Amino acid sequence: MSPAEDAALAAALFAVDPAGLGGVCLHSLVQPARTQWLEMLRDLLPRDVPVRRIPFNIGDGGLLGGLDLTATLAANRPIAERGALAATDGGVVMLCMAERLSPHTAACLNAVLDCGAVITQRDGVLICDRARLGVVAQDESMDEERVPASLLDRLAFLVDLNGFDLRTPLPPLHDREQVRSARSLLPRVQIGDALIEALCGTGLALGAGSVRVSLLAVRAARAMAALDGRSRVGTEDAVEAGRLVFAPRATRMPQPAPKEEGNDAQPGETGASPDAAREDQPAPPSSPAEDRGDNAAHEELPGADRELLPGADDVILAATQAAIPPGLLARLRSEAGARRGAAVPGRAGLLRAGGQRGRPAGTQVGASRGHVRLNVMETLRAAAPWQRLRGRTVGSNARLMVVPGDFRVTRYLERSQTLTIFAVDASGSSALHRLAEAKGAVEMLLAECYVRRDLVAVITFRGRRADLLLPPTRSLVRAKRNLAGLPGGGGTPLASAIDCAALLGGQALRRGETPLLVMLTDGRANVALDGSGGREAAHADALLAARRLQRLRMAALFIDTSPLPSPPAADIAAAMGANYLPLPFADARVLSGVVSAATARSGR
Amino acid sequence: MQSGTRTVFPFSAIVGQEEMKLALICAAVDPSIGGVLVFGDRGTGKSTAIRALAALLPPMRAVVGCSYACDPAEPDAWCVECRERAALGTLKERSIPVPVVDMPLGVTEDRVVGALDLERALSQGVKAFEPGLLARANRGFLYIDEVNLLEDHLVDLLIDVAASGENLVEREGLSLRHPARFVLIGSGNPEEGELRPQLLDRFGLSVEIKTPDRLDERVEVVKRRDEFERGKAEFVAKWKKPDAALRRRIVAARKRVGSMATPDAVLESAARLCMQLGTDGLRAELTLIRAARALASFDQAEAVAVAHLRRIAAPALRHRLRRDPLDESGSSARIDRAVHEALEA
Repeated sequence: MSPAEDAALAAALFAVDPAGLGGVCLHSLVQPARTQWLEMLRDLLPRDVPVRRIPFNIGDGGLLGGLDLTATLAANRPIAERGALAATDGGVVMLCMAERLSPHTAACLNAVLDCGAVITQRDGVLICDRARLGVVAQDESMDEERVPASLLDRLAFLVDLNGFDLRTPLPPLHDREQVRSARSLLPRVQIGDALIEALCGTGLALGAGSVRVSLLAVRAARAMAALDGRSRVGTEDAVEAGRLVFAPRATRMPQPAPKEEGNDAQPGETGASPDAAREDQPAPPSSPAEDRGDNAAHEELPGADRELLPGADDVILAATQAAIPPGLLARLRSEAGARRGAAVPGRAGLLRAGGQRGRPAGTQVGASRGHVRLNVMETLRAAAPWQRLRGRTVGSNARLMVVPGDFRVTRYLERSQTLTIFAVDASGSSALHRLAEAKGAVEMLLAECYVRRDLVAVITFRGRRADLLLPPTRSLVRAKRNLAGLPGGGGTPLASAIDCAALLGGQALRRGETPLLVMLTDGRANVALDGSGGREAAHADALLAARRLQRLRMAALFIDTSPLPSPPAADIAAAMGANYLPLPFADARVLSGVVSAATARSGR
Repeated sequence: MQSGTRTVFPFSAIVGQEEMKLALICAAVDPSIGGVLVFGDRGTGKSTAIRALAALLPPMRAVVGCSYACDPAEPDAWCVECRERAALGTLKERSIPVPVVDMPLGVTEDRVVGALDLERALSQGVKAFEPGLLARANRGFLYIDEVNLLEDHLVDLLIDVAASGENLVEREGLSLRHPARFVLIGSGNPEEGELRPQLLDRFGLSVEIKTPDRLDERVEVVKRRDEFERGKAEFVAKWKKPDAALRRRIVAARKRVGSMATPDAVLESAARLCMQLGTDGLRAELTLIRAARALASFDQAEAVAVAHLRRIAAPALRHRLRRDPLDESGSSARIDRAVHEALEA
């Protein structure tokens, strides 16, 4: 099947069981293919199914519900307002720019997906609304941002629409009528133990996600059978399901398992399942005649099931393996798993919205909008003295008179986050033991930082370019894992490293964080920005990059790691506006001490 | 919100994850152990297990009409209202399910600590206190999913209350205090952020769980979950007996745990183990002994033995080791090594 057909099939399966399958992550920029896919989904969903768009920066109140202020003031008692999720019960939520979703909002959404209900307490009201729904997470990410992994774990299909031919429309494989009958058939669809086992085995062999993902694959297989009008999942349904659910998540190729003779034992083990299946299958498939494809044959014959199943796991695995996007595994290996599980970049939206985290520090006049929450008590207190003047008679049942000028919002004092960016020279000229020391310093600093809730990022540069080894994070676990695999050797592309640091620092500044750059290098640039060699050109490029960085006015620390302090390094440091520290014999502890001191100076 | 209103997955039907189940049971046997932190991979049934525990626990006696579910048998821990009730002779009691209160991430501070009762303030002009989640969790469990993503000011609040067992309310012109003793249960994924060390220390036991990598276990998880979702009532009925048996064992262990004999040799071994690991303070040792005692009671043993220490050492000590970022082996491996050296000798 072509990727376009797979995308269309995912839409149809999701339309059959949105809540059961959790959802679809649609990776694509705004383009015809995405619009087409969304239109296709809408055409497949029964007309009475609610569909609702949710912006990524939705507040908790909008998402989960909260106090309906207007109704509350009118009724003189707290009245709850349903949030977007509860209002979409039984339907589909379209989550725009899902890569910008904050971990907090993602966690709220996850809880709702898990429970099938919104259960929370907000603004003095208890909220308990049914919300069985599916999510279409529209992922427009281009760089480091990713849809929170915890959400992806709950969505059955990851569909990548990038690179689709814009002229050929997506092939609609099913229509609304088929989806409707599949929906009514779905509760009766049975699946044999052997197929469950085969699907789980495929997920495990390919390292494709948690057990939850395997469960999603089982449900997808059910939806597939229902869509084909059969009340029993066949091998080909499981093949389709495995391919759609597991292939985009594969993290490894299956190990060629030691095929012992024990494989023959499987039919005996699972022999009971077809019998059991025959028992609980009193209702024959609703319309076998209509769907007389080649698959109907073995479904009718009780014995055929048994014959087909022993090989099912191999078939599913092979089909899934064949569908793994080309280059996916290579990319994963090169990233050393850095991006998988990267949920932290999503912090950006949260912080920029600002003003709602930290310690409460009094109230101020202002309206409730977006993330800023109205302080109801203070608002009422502000309104109270004016009631008589505004014409509310004492003891009457008239509404409380609140005018916009009474609105009060809580102010929060937020300590500015410090982001320490390490740019570590891993080139051949920096001796390898330097690298080990730099790693040690980063880890030690992180251990200190996480008490203060500071962020750390690591850029390494060697060979032709600089890489973001560790995106801004607080996690010791990730830092350790990423640092452990850091290789050394090659040229010194200092200019790229400085540019990379400037980019990261600029992003941090825009988020309202305080960046601090720590460069660990001998300053001997020998690779220019364009990747060509040559000491002079490289040094000139590095100087220019340093001046660009200086314009950001971020605090920087240039640690010269060469055995003898060198003038070129000092020049670059001066151009960056950095503190120049020749530390030929610095070890991890000294480095960490110097950086802590610099953080204390620059941060707050 | 109250877990009883939803059909939850039966505790006995949870596949594998023995360490997590054991830690939760120990916390249920002896709440003074001080809570459980469950850190691990996604999709490993963290929330499922904790919600299932709620359904498993036997009911408790509480004062009728008390917002904090005071224990009629413990006058020392009574709230102000219950003392008044007792003085007036109007104190009545009844059986209620052990509260397991979810602290959802989107929660606002007023719901956690309690706030001015808006309805009465608006309609009657009365200044009355409306208890929050901390009040409802008194004598029960407070469960925080994604505890590592909790907002800082809420974490500060929890650290304070978990230490003192009392909630101090100073807001909106209200000034009062009420009992808030609960077992803190937190879960999260370490890749999404670390936990503040102060909060980490409030948890008695900490469990690391991993995605099962054995096929048969994964298949069983998927099958049971699938069966549950397709017929909740039947599935719960099927597991009713094992759940009931487990409940009886927990109840029996609770009765026994107070009088559990702890031989000096075991105390010495525990001390040796903690010294070997260089854990800070006495809290580690106390927790280790308490947890071993709870485990021994649950095992229906005559006395605490070194074997109990060995089984509970990792969850009791794992999160109390001093962090050494340059040590590549995880805390679990360090504990294994120390257990081997201190307890096998």
